[in-house]
Amino acid sequence: MAAPRKVACVEIGGIPIALSTCDEGFLDLLRQRYDGFLSYSSPEFELQFDLTDPRPVSDDDVRVRREGDDWLIERGDFQARWDSRIGRGSVRQNANPYSLDSVLRILHSLILAERGGFLLHAASTICNGRAYLFSGVSGAGKTTMTRLAPAGITLLTDEISYLRPSADGYAAFGTPFTGELARVGENCAAPVSALFFLEKGPENRIDELPSAEAVRRLMRNILFFAEDHRLVEKLLATACDFVARVPIRRLTFYPDARVWDLVQNFDCNFDRNLARNSEGVPVHA
Amino acid sequence: MPENCIYIARSSAIAARALAGEMMVMNSADSTFFTLNEVATAIFQAADGRTPLREIVRDHICEQFDVDPDQAQADAEQFVTELSSHGILLVSNQPLASEAPR
Repeated sequence: MAAPRKVACVEIGGIPIALSTCDEGFLDLLRQRYDGFLSYSSPEFELQFDLTDPRPVSDDDVRVRREGDDWLIERGDFQARWDSRIGRGSVRQNANPYSLDSVLRILHSLILAERGGFLLHAASTICNGRAYLFSGVSGAGKTTMTRLAPAGITLLTDEISYLRPSADGYAAFGTPFTGELARVGENCAAPVSALFFLEKGPENRIDELPSAEAVRRLMRNILFFAEDHRLVEKLLATACDFVARVPIRRLTFYPDARVWDLVQNFDCNFDRNLARNSEGVPVHA
Repeated sequence: MPENCIYIARSSAIAARALAGEMMVMNSADSTFFTLNEVATAIFQAADGRTPLREIVRDHICEQFDVDPDQAQADAEQFVTELSSHGILLVSNQPLASEAPR
């Protein structure tokens, strides 16, 4: 007789997913890793884990492709099958937390793409009830910005931002997916005030980005793996909508705490500039 | 290939979106991303697989933009070659069925 499955419900971005396993040790790992994101909500989706013999985490590219009505998600260290119509799937992997994180991120990226949201390679924080996102190439300063954040700022993530459309724009949610800072984000959400693409420089300044350039940079940093024309079309539409509804700027910064004065004043300057000039003008430090 | 026999059609493997007067095109197979300027957008939108490139240049480029016809034709052929190498446009010396909705 098969061992009974035990379940932990993990709710990231307001989407509860039941993760089930027969292995007590793996269940403990799940609970510890996603502590703070465990939920008693009724799960919308279900993912069954079956453990394999240990395999090293793979450097291979992940493949996410359709096979009939299912999604197949494969990398050297895991194989998953996901039926989006019934919201159920199965995963074969070893008890490696990094494989687990990867599977969950990919699954959320598929769910979000259908709902007009996305995962972004960006740090995000809440300041005065508004979320600020910091994206850029590796080394651009995402972790530095979160390290420099003044007291009272809530960290949503230093690595993977979770974005969903809302009535008045987009909302950013905390995630347990950590980067260099290795600090889990808070499980809360706030309306997005701005997305900054980071560049280090000799002074602090904020500059406008043309819409097409903003879309190009956004698409480059969205986590999306599916080889699926319909979802790519939807994602591009979402990126254009995001650019139309959220201020996107280039933030050149000298890495000390003063850059946060500029970020915290962004809303005031943005509103004032909008009032002065309907096309907006750059805000400089 | 004689230049007056070039037919172009948009690939079905692309996603395209207009924003602020520019066309953004993404190849869903390899995620390459292009931003087209006004002239390139006009050619891209007219790529129905049935209209020869020379007619597209004459009717959509020379009519709307102040450009030398020979230079416009040369630029269009270069643009078509580049986008076809990335799988964005299909090129043939026979009429093609356009694969993507406008």
